Amino acid sequence: MTARIGVVTFPGSLDDRDTQRAIRLAGAEPVALWHKDKDLKQVDAVVLPGGFSYGDYLRAGAISRFSPVMESVIEQAKSGMPVLGICNGFQILTEAHLLPGAMLGNNHLHFICRDQKLRVENADTAWTVDYDADQEIHIPLKNMDGRYVADEHTLDELEAEGRVVFRYLDFNPNGSLRDIAGITNAAGNVVGLMPHPEHAVEPLIGSGRTDGLPFFTSILKKLVNV
Amino acid sequence: MARVVVDVMLKPEILDPQGQAVQRALPRLGFDGVSDVRQGKRFELEVDGPVDDAALARIHDLAESFLANTVIEDFTVKVEEMVGEEK
Repeated sequence: MTARIGVVTFPGSLDDRDTQRAIRLAGAEPVALWHKDKDLKQVDAVVLPGGFSYGDYLRAGAISRFSPVMESVIEQAKSGMPVLGICNGFQILTEAHLLPGAMLGNNHLHFICRDQKLRVENADTAWTVDYDADQEIHIPLKNMDGRYVADEHTLDELEAEGRVVFRYLDFNPNGSLRDIAGITNAAGNVVGLMPHPEHAVEPLIGSGRTDGLPFFTSILKKLVNV
Repeated sequence: MARVVVDVMLKPEILDPQGQAVQRALPRLGFDGVSDVRQGKRFELEVDGPVDDAALARIHDLAESFLANTVIEDFTVKVEEMVGEEK
């Protein structure tokens, strides 16, 4: 028995197949979930993939957040099910208030696509146990609305509680406050980040490294050891 | 029928690069004397039936939960008078 990890497809999702592939490469079983379907098919964890769900209309993630599948994801996440939001998935998690703060357009107003250096600052979440604390990794980043914002009090709280999981190194690609690339909730089961670990799981593609693979082996280890 | 207008603006402390880009373009167009521009969203809701307190309260909830993200945005709700019709 291996872990079953759901990947939600919204209208406008782009990276659902890559995410399923990354899950398979890590040794877990990917399960396709559909935005209109409340049924999570008894998965052990859920990934909200990247893309432009609902065309980013209104605000990125704002409409997806009210889709039927999200009712179940929000409920299960609150009772401890691991959830990872990548890029658009991160935007959906902030819109759903499962993670604090909000995502806004890049400060330079351009789409950005690059290999991004990050520091893993919290290697204790459900999705990062296979990294070392303070490990530096390179994974691809591609977004239009990647500027993480929150009020000073929230930012201070995130820092004090070790909930900044990833920080941009050398270059802040979107104007995110305090160089924040990814965060977690207080319980550590919900993680969101802008860069795309699912594009860095094989040497042949993405950044040419496999720095993203530990996301998926982390969750497998976490679920199998439960 | 009545029209209810919801205006949504980024909170003052939130950086608005689009507004800044608009502001910086103004002198090139020969339009001086504007020190700041902030860009927002306007929603016009055509409401069936009377816009009473209960209806306004529902629209307020809608604005707060969906049309605006109150983490980063403020909003106002107002009823627009329709010419030639009773409110």
